[in-house]
Amino acid sequence: MATMFAFAESRNGALRKGALEAVTAARQAADATGGGEVHALVAGAPGIETVAETLGRHGADLVLVVAHEGFGRYNPEAVAATVAARISAGGYRAAFFAASAEGRDLAPRVAGALGVAMAADLTGFEIGADTVTVRHPVYTGKVVATLELTGTPAVLSLRPGAVPAAETPRTLKVEAMAPVGDPTASRVVTTDLSPRGAAKLDLGEARIIVAGGRGLKAAEHFSLVEDLAGAFGQAAVGATRAVTDDGWRDPADQIGQTGRIVSPDLYVAVGISGAIQHLAGMRTSRVIVAINRDKDAPIFKIADYGIVGDLFEVVPRLTEAVRQAQGQ
Amino acid sequence: MSTAGSGSRFAGVDFYDFDSLLREEERAVRDTVRAWVDEHLMPIIGDCYIEGRFPRQLIPGMAELGFFGANLPEEYGCAGLNNVAYGLIMQELERGDSGIRSFASVQGALVMYPIHAFGSEAQKTYWLPRLAEGTEIGCFGLTEPDYGSNPSGMITTARETADGWLLNGVKMWITNGSQATVSIIWAKTGAVDDPSSIRGFIVPTSTKGFTGRDQKGKLSLRASDTSELHLQDVLVPKDAMLPAAGGIKSPLMCLTQARYGISWGAIGAAMACYDEAINYAGQRVMFDRPIAQTQIQQVRLADMLTEITKAQFLTLQLGRLKDAGTMTPQQVSLAKRNNVNMATECARESRRLLGANGILAEYHSMRHMANLESVYTYEGTHDMHSLILGQAVTGLSAF
Amino acid sequence: MKIAVLIKRVPDTELRFSIGGDGKSLDQAGLKYDMSDFDGYAAEVALRLKEAAGAGEVVVIGLGPDGVPEILRKALSMGADRAVHLTAAEVPVDGMSVATALAADLVGQGYDLILFGRQATDTGHGTVGAMTAARLGLPCVTAISQLNISGGTGTARRELEGATETVSFPLPAVLTIDEGIARARIPSLKGIMAAKKKPIETRPAQLGPVRLTVKSLELPPERSGGRIVGEGPDAVPELVRLLREEAKAL
Repeated sequence: MATMFAFAESRNGALRKGALEAVTAARQAADATGGGEVHALVAGAPGIETVAETLGRHGADLVLVVAHEGFGRYNPEAVAATVAARISAGGYRAAFFAASAEGRDLAPRVAGALGVAMAADLTGFEIGADTVTVRHPVYTGKVVATLELTGTPAVLSLRPGAVPAAETPRTLKVEAMAPVGDPTASRVVTTDLSPRGAAKLDLGEARIIVAGGRGLKAAEHFSLVEDLAGAFGQAAVGATRAVTDDGWRDPADQIGQTGRIVSPDLYVAVGISGAIQHLAGMRTSRVIVAINRDKDAPIFKIADYGIVGDLFEVVPRLTEAVRQAQGQ
Repeated sequence: MSTAGSGSRFAGVDFYDFDSLLREEERAVRDTVRAWVDEHLMPIIGDCYIEGRFPRQLIPGMAELGFFGANLPEEYGCAGLNNVAYGLIMQELERGDSGIRSFASVQGALVMYPIHAFGSEAQKTYWLPRLAEGTEIGCFGLTEPDYGSNPSGMITTARETADGWLLNGVKMWITNGSQATVSIIWAKTGAVDDPSSIRGFIVPTSTKGFTGRDQKGKLSLRASDTSELHLQDVLVPKDAMLPAAGGIKSPLMCLTQARYGISWGAIGAAMACYDEAINYAGQRVMFDRPIAQTQIQQVRLADMLTEITKAQFLTLQLGRLKDAGTMTPQQVSLAKRNNVNMATECARESRRLLGANGILAEYHSMRHMANLESVYTYEGTHDMHSLILGQAVTGLSAF
Repeated sequence: MKIAVLIKRVPDTELRFSIGGDGKSLDQAGLKYDMSDFDGYAAEVALRLKEAAGAGEVVVIGLGPDGVPEILRKALSMGADRAVHLTAAEVPVDGMSVATALAADLVGQGYDLILFGRQATDTGHGTVGAMTAARLGLPCVTAISQLNISGGTGTARRELEGATETVSFPLPAVLTIDEGIARARIPSLKGIMAAKKKPIETRPAQLGPVRLTVKSLELPPERSGGRIVGEGPDAVPELVRLLREEAKAL
């Protein structure tokens, strides 16, 4: 019976989706290895303790709350030191992180501090006696690697969405934990955190993504994509590298090999030909729809459903139909 | 090795590990030009071709990377590359478009080369760095309306006067002729039937009496400036003459340089067409299978691959001979003749494989096909090179 | 400013490739290699910082087998001053093992900045930069999309999900570079010729123990062929029906 650790990421006093996924994964790992405990650690400004109950619902037996003014914004050095110290003292079999932006920053720091190897951005894992077998897409998603990690603790970060959050309520204990070192003495200081673009839904969290490419011909035509996203509701707007290179959209919206890798429930590609470097970013979406006037466009080979036609005619019609279907 | 249907970035054609025969810096030069073509030329070339416009805005970028006169020495502001690397530049430029490669050929082999080979030190130190930087654009005035394959018959004259040389005549089919700031004009200083009196002159195109006129209505090399030059009592100073040039041999030496580059360039055009054909064939489905799985298209692709592969090794050896100083003009004739001819066939066959889509400007093969007809004809027509080779091996002139 | 840039040699990911007979590595035949994209951005950032300062040294470091020097030479062609090749028959997929070797070479060299790409385009783990910083005990900021250095302090921007973070840090520091900050310059032909004369030092990499290994590589399950629902706007009602009833995505 092994104990598992999960880092619960939070921002502005609220848990991130990755926190629930990490705890869920830790719970699954614990259950698969004899039903041991899951300890989750959350760090934030005082008041953060209110999230403990949600962590318990997702399978944590013990929630360690590190509440300190110095954790109001992400404080990588102090969080890493605190987490590493806890993992080191706690005798955990494995430590789970979400491979979110913060998690991708934190987990290797922790592994580095502990002097252990880690496996990052995983789509699957199995905890064995001496090794942990993991799965991870490599070569920009064109190949899936199965890897073996040895050493304890096994530090693992999970690709967002790989282990969907699930509720397995436990009898919860909550403990306050002091930060290790002085959080106000960190060398790396987050001086500002501002939401990007009018509270847009983030590509990594949206259930539906509508993405636009060169076929839109001009930056202002992205309004077609935005309208369609609005019709779906709960949809984020993405872009190809071609249009972010041209300055039509923010580079942070780029989906592809050197941009965001996304895996939404539904991906609608508008005026996107389907260059390999773009496909690398969205090929694991559950359902893909493509609208393009070129029936030989490569996107149609991986799209589940396609409409060949002029997007300037098709998309407004689709927006209207989706609005009606959603009962708006 | 190219495989069907990758539909991605151009990766050249290398069936016999040709790359292993290149030096590291030769590969690096090739990769640089390839990346530049991908980023700056490919997005606009279709439109330029249709509009009949040379993309002048690309000149500074090409100059900054050192594409002009790249095989000339560093002391004159040039990159100082060997001739294989120079050839690879031409290959990669022409993979984009023959018109863009023509620009670089003229600037480098037909303007900078003669200044370097035949010019005074003052001419070299003034003109070469400026031409390398693209602040001066050159053209080469040899061909005339009635003297194409037979340039030694030219009737442009240069009369010596107290104030300098007075040039009169018309040149035709001159690449860069309208946008050039400087021209290398070949003219007879003696009798019109005396080719040994041919001399070369550096003539700024702003000189009074000099007019460049675009030749309209082209169905080939549309993304290139092809012009007539009219010289009406154009007066240039005595020191405008290239001191070491004399007779028809001098301009022919320049042509040998350009033809060498074209031999490589044609391979680039053929590669572009083959690459387009193989990607298209892998994706185009007809009768429930990709057309890449049909016998006739596989024969097409095999033929193209074979011709490209043969040309690569032929031309690499030509480049090594040039670097060793032993290359002969007849050897260049063989390569130019072969490579351009095979490239025209690759372009045509690729165009046919593409079916109806192949007539659209968004595909490249038909543009290459049209361009290559000019390349077949210029810098020594295919037929002229046949006679050069015939004479070389029989000792008998059939001109 | 003395800046180190860590460069990884990776297979050119846009080409078709296949899995080798051993089932856990790529078939080498026909494989072309290049500098990992993000490392190219890091090199560009370093060169711009040096150019802005008017003085300094950019050192590029690569770990791996015989093909590494050609990749380092590309960075030298872009304008880096000298290179170091840490030789290793294979590059472990274990980031910690690599970070151990890199830290051993970087320590005590007086670098003001040590730059990595955010992640390698082959393995895509994104761990080596932060791990190296941990081993060196240096401040570290990852995945930066904007950078400003002034005196001994730096300010960087990082993109999070739906938000942008501004971070300040002292030099010396380790940074990992994301997309959007700079595009790697195309090496000029003169740069390529000049690079031939720039030094590449060679020494064996002191890799740490390898605790993450590849067991197998597989191609992902093929998405079953797409269905064209129809042409033009008239196909929309059928698409919506399929999305709702068949795909259950609406």
